Amino acid sequence: MSTPITHTIVNLPDQATARIPKRNYINNEHGLLSWLLTGDHKRIAILYLISITFFFFIGGAFAGLIRLELLTPAPDLVSSDTYNKFFTMHGIIMIFLFLVPSVPATLGNFLIPIMIGAKDLAFPKINLLSWYLYVIGGILTLAALVLGGVDTGWTFTTPLSTHYLNTHVITAATAIFIAGFASIFTGLNFIVTIHRMRAPGMTWFRMPLFVWSNYAASILMVLGTPVLAITLVLVALERLIGIGVFDPTKGGDPLLFQHLFWFYSHPAVYIMILPGMGVISEVISTFSRKRVFGYTAVAFSSVAIALFGFFVWAHHMFIMGVSNYSALVFSLLTMLVAVPSAIKIFNWAFTLQKGSITFETPMLYAFAFIGLFTIGGLTGIFLGSLGMDIHLTETYFIVAHFHYVMVGGMLMAFLAGIHFWWPKMTGRMYPESLSKLSAVTSFIGFNLTFMPQFILGYLGMPRRYHAYPAEYQVLNVLSTAGATVLGVGFMLPLLYLGWSLKYGAIAGNNPWQATGLEWQIQSPPLTENFTEIPIIDYEAYDYEWLEKKQREEVTTVG
Amino acid sequence: MANSITSTGHVDHLEKLMPHESIINDEGEHVVLPQHRHHFETAEQQREAGSFGMWLFLLTEIMFFGGLFFAYLLYRNWYYPAFAVASNQLNVPEGAANTAILITSGFFMALGVWAAEVRKKKLLVLMLVFTTIFGVAFLGVKADEYHEKYEKHHIPGASFSTSMFTNPPVNPKTGKPDELPLAPDMAQHTEIFFFLYFAMTGMHAFHMIIGIVLLFWLTWRAHRGEFSSGYVAPIENFGLYWHFVDIVWLFLFPLLYLINRHPIH
Amino acid sequence: MGISPVLWQFLVKWLHNSSLFPAEASTISPYTDALYFFLLLMTIVGLILVCALVFGFSIRYRREKSPVATQIEGSTLLEATWTIIPLAIFLVTFVWGALLYFRIYDPPANAMNIYVVGKQWMWKAEHPGGQHEINALHVPSGRPVQLTMISQDVFHSFSIPDFRVKREVIPGRYTTVWFEATTPGTYHIFCTQYCGTQHSGMIGEVTVLTPEDYDKWTKQSTSGMSLAQNGERLFASMGCNACHSGSAAARGPNLAGVYGSKLTLTNGNQVLVNDAYLRDAILNPSEHVTAGFAPIMPTYQGQISEDGLIDIVEYIKNLQSNYRVQQTQMTSESNQAAPPTPTEGTTETVKP
Repeated sequence: MSTPITHTIVNLPDQATARIPKRNYINNEHGLLSWLLTGDHKRIAILYLISITFFFFIGGAFAGLIRLELLTPAPDLVSSDTYNKFFTMHGIIMIFLFLVPSVPATLGNFLIPIMIGAKDLAFPKINLLSWYLYVIGGILTLAALVLGGVDTGWTFTTPLSTHYLNTHVITAATAIFIAGFASIFTGLNFIVTIHRMRAPGMTWFRMPLFVWSNYAASILMVLGTPVLAITLVLVALERLIGIGVFDPTKGGDPLLFQHLFWFYSHPAVYIMILPGMGVISEVISTFSRKRVFGYTAVAFSSVAIALFGFFVWAHHMFIMGVSNYSALVFSLLTMLVAVPSAIKIFNWAFTLQKGSITFETPMLYAFAFIGLFTIGGLTGIFLGSLGMDIHLTETYFIVAHFHYVMVGGMLMAFLAGIHFWWPKMTGRMYPESLSKLSAVTSFIGFNLTFMPQFILGYLGMPRRYHAYPAEYQVLNVLSTAGATVLGVGFMLPLLYLGWSLKYGAIAGNNPWQATGLEWQIQSPPLTENFTEIPIIDYEAYDYEWLEKKQREEVTTVG
Repeated sequence: MANSITSTGHVDHLEKLMPHESIINDEGEHVVLPQHRHHFETAEQQREAGSFGMWLFLLTEIMFFGGLFFAYLLYRNWYYPAFAVASNQLNVPEGAANTAILITSGFFMALGVWAAEVRKKKLLVLMLVFTTIFGVAFLGVKADEYHEKYEKHHIPGASFSTSMFTNPPVNPKTGKPDELPLAPDMAQHTEIFFFLYFAMTGMHAFHMIIGIVLLFWLTWRAHRGEFSSGYVAPIENFGLYWHFVDIVWLFLFPLLYLINRHPIH
Repeated sequence: MGISPVLWQFLVKWLHNSSLFPAEASTISPYTDALYFFLLLMTIVGLILVCALVFGFSIRYRREKSPVATQIEGSTLLEATWTIIPLAIFLVTFVWGALLYFRIYDPPANAMNIYVVGKQWMWKAEHPGGQHEINALHVPSGRPVQLTMISQDVFHSFSIPDFRVKREVIPGRYTTVWFEATTPGTYHIFCTQYCGTQHSGMIGEVTVLTPEDYDKWTKQSTSGMSLAQNGERLFASMGCNACHSGSAAARGPNLAGVYGSKLTLTNGNQVLVNDAYLRDAILNPSEHVTAGFAPIMPTYQGQISEDGLIDIVEYIKNLQSNYRVQQTQMTSESNQAAPPTPTEGTTETVKP
C-alpha cells in the first residue's frame, strides 16, 4: 500500500489480456432499426459521425475542385456560374453540415453523459430527432446541389440572393433552417443534462473542461441559431413574395440582413471552435499526466468567449457603411474577445511544464492546433483592427484566417479527439505510426495550402474570384499543391480508422491511463454507461487519485 | 458507499439528498411511474429536467421572434407615418377579442395543470377541451381578419394596393376622410408594415396550430388516464408553451394594433 | 516610421518586385503597411513565444527525462500576466487601427470628387467634367481624390489594393472613400464583394497621371457635356423646374446654394444637404419636405437611374444662382472648382 510513486505513466494496453467486453452498446441490440430508432446517446454519436464524415468528403471534393480551377489565372476549368456554386456548396457543407456539429454531435454526444456520471442525455428522443433533422438538412442540401446548385455564397448576401439569382436558394435556405434546429436541440440537450444530471459529488468545478467548453458552445447554439432561422425565413419570403424587407428600391434595408445574419454567424464560429478547445484540454492534460494549468481560468474563458462572442458581429461589416462610431465599439469588443483565447493557449502551454510528456497522435494534433490556432487567432487581430481591415477584408487574407482557425484549429482538434477517444468508442486502437504520419502530412499540407493565401490577401487578391491576374499564379499553384498533400493527409484517417475496426489492437478500459469517468468504464461502454452511478469525491484531472486507484485495484485483485 | 438500485427502482441513498422527489402511493410505498425514463435517477430529476428543457426551448423561441420584432422596430422608426396609417387599418375589436380569447384559454390551461396535479381526470379533460376550443376560436377570428385584409388588397405581393392610403375613403358618418392622405412613396412603405404584420401574426398562428394539434393529442391521453396518477410533466410543460404563445400575442397586439389609435392630424 | 527609410524602401520594393507585396502607390499605403508590419511582428513574436514554450517544455519534460509529473494548480500571477499583456497589445492595435480607419474614411476638405456607379458587372466612373470611363479610372497624382459610389443592383466593393483603400458599394445609399495617389502608373481595381456570375470579371485599372498629363487627358476624353450640364437637361426634361423655378411663389424651394447648407424640414428636423440627402429627397420626397412647403413632390423612384441621379445632384451642387450653369470649357479647372463635400458640423453654405 505504501509503494512509492516512481512513475505516473503506465505502459500502453496489455494486449495479451485485454478483450472486447462481451456486452457493450454496439452489440447490445442488433439490426438496422435498433440503430435508426435508438435513444442511446452513444449510438446517436456514431450515426452523426458517419453522416458528418460523408458530408466532409463532399465538401472536401468541392475544395479540391476550387483549388484545381485556381491553378491557372484564366477561368478555364468550369464556367463562372459553376465555380460560384463550388465555393458556395463548399462553404455551406463545411460550415453547417460539418464544423458546427462536428465535436458536439459526435464526441459531445458520446462523452458528456459519461463524463458527468449520467446514463444518457436528458432527452434521448430529442437527441435522435436532432440527428434526423441534420440528415434531412443534409439531404435537402444535396437536393439543391443535384437540382443545379446554389451560388449565393454561404453568406446569402441580399439583394443578390433575393432578387438577382435564379438558383435553388430557397431549397438551400430551407436545408440550413432545418439543420439549424438539429444544432439547437443538441445544445438544449447538453445544457439541461449538464445542469441537472451530474452524478453526486460532481460539482461544476469538478467537471472536465471538455464539458465546460461544450456547455459554452451550447449557450451559443441555443441563443444564436434561432436568429439565423428567422433570417433565412425572411430571405425565403422576400424571394417568394418580393415585398422589399431587404430591397432598397422599396424602402427596405439590405444592411438589416447583414446585421441579422452576422448576429448568428459570428457566434457560430465560437460554436465551432469552443468544443475543439475542450478536446485540446483533455488531450494535453492526459499526455502530460497533469491537471490542466489554471483550470478555473480555462473554464471561465470558455464562458467569456461565448458571452463576448455575441457582441462583435459587426466586425464583419466594418466597410459596409456602418457608422464610424459603431465600428469603433465593435473593434474594441473584438479585441476583448481575443483575450480569453490567448489565456487558454498559455494555460495549455504551461500544462506541459513539469509534466511527463509523450507524443502519441492526439498530442501531435493538439500541438498542431496550438501553433495553427495561434496564427489564425492573431490574424484575427489584424482584421479586428479597423484600418487594417479596410485593406484586408474580402481578400484571401480572410480566407487564410478562417481556414487557419477552422481547419488548422478546429479540424485538428476534431481529429485529436477522434483519435483520443477512438479506443473508448470502438474498443480498438488505431495504428500509431500511420496516424502520426498522417498528422504530419496534414500539418505540412495545410501550411502549404494556406500560408500563401495570407500573402495573396495582402497583395489584394479578392476572395470568390474565378479568375485572377497572372502575377498571382505562383502563390496559387503553391496553395493547390498544398491542398493535394492536405487531401492525402485527411484521406488516410478514413482508411486506417476503418481498418482498425476489425484489425486494430484491443484497447482495454484506459489505454492512455487518463483520468475522467469515461476511462473508468469498459471500452466500448455499456449501453447504460455505468452499472452503478459513481459518487465523485475527487477533482478533475486528479492523477494522484488515479495512481492510488490503480494500486488499489492491483492489490484487491491479488 | 455506492448507490444501489433495487428491483422496484427505488433508490436508497438519494432520498436524504432530495427529500421531495419520490412518489408515494396510497399505501405509503414508493412506486416508480411507468413513464419514468431509466436514464434519470428519480422522477423529480426527470420532471425538473423536462421543465428546464421547455424553458430553454422557449428562450430559443424568444430569439426566433426577436428577429422579426427587431425588423419591425427598425422600420416603424423609419416610416412612422406609413406604419401608423397602416396600423389603423387593423381591426382592433377583433384583435381585442382575440386577446380576451387567448387569455381565457390560458386560464383554462392553468386550471388544467392544477387538475392534473390534484389528479382530477374529468376536470383535466374538460379544461383541455376548453383550451382547445378557445384556441380554435382565436384562429377563426384571425382567419376573418386575414380575409378582410384580402378584400382590401392589403396582402403583400402582386395584389397589394396603396390606393386606400393615397386616396383615403370618406367616412360616411363625418363626411371627411379619417386619415390624411400619404404621399405615394410613403404609401408604398405600408406594404412593409403588412408584410411584418402577416409574418409576425402568421408565425404566431403557426405556433398556435402546433399547440392545438398537441392539445388534441394530450386530451386523448388525458382521457385515457395517463395524467391522473402523478405524471403531470407533459401537461405542465405544454402549459408553459401555451402561456408563452399567449405572451407573444400580448406583445404583438399593442405593437401592431394599438400604435396611434387616432387619425393623423 | 521608426525604421530607417532606406531599409524600409528596400524591403518594400524588394518584396514588391518578388510579387509578394503590393506597391505603395498612395499616401495612405505606408501607414497601412506600418500597422501591418507591427501586426506581423506581433504575430511572429507571439508564435515564437508559444512555440518556444511548447517545444521547450515538451523536450525538457518528455517522459524519458521526467517520469513523474508534478501536479500544479495554476498561478494567478501568470494568469494576470498573460491576460494583461495580450490585452495591452490588442488595445494598441485597436487604437492604431482606429486612427488609420478615420484617416482612410475621412476625406480632406479639398478632395476632388469622382462618382463611381457599380453594376453587374462593371464599374462606371463619372468625372464632374463629363468624362465617363468604364472599368477604368484616371486620376492625377498628388491630389486628394474622393470617390462617391453607389450600386445599381447588388452589393459590390470597390478596391484598389495598391492604394490600400476599399469600400463597399451599396444599393440605395452613397458610400465614399478617398485617396491621394503618389506614383504614376497603372494599378488594379477589383470588385471584392461577391456579386454574381462575373464577379471576377468586374475588374479594371486605375491610371495615375502626372497633373499635366491628367489635364491633357481630361481635355481629350470629355463627351462635351459635364455632369452638371447633363443634370440641367434632366432637371428640365423631368419637370423639376416646374416647381423648383426659383421664383418667390414657386411650389418648391429654391435650390440655388442649397448644397452644403443646413435645412429645416416640416417635422422640425435640421438636416445637412449633401449628396445623400439630395438623392434621398428625389426618391423619397415625402420624408424630406422643407419647412414652409406642402408635401406635393412626387417620387421619382424607378424613373431615374443612378447615373441620372448623379447628374442632377452634380447640377444642384453647382447651382449658385439663376439656373444657368456657366458654360465652362472642359478643363480640369471645372473639376477643381467642384464644391467640397460638406461635413457634419459645418453650417456655412458653399462659396462659389
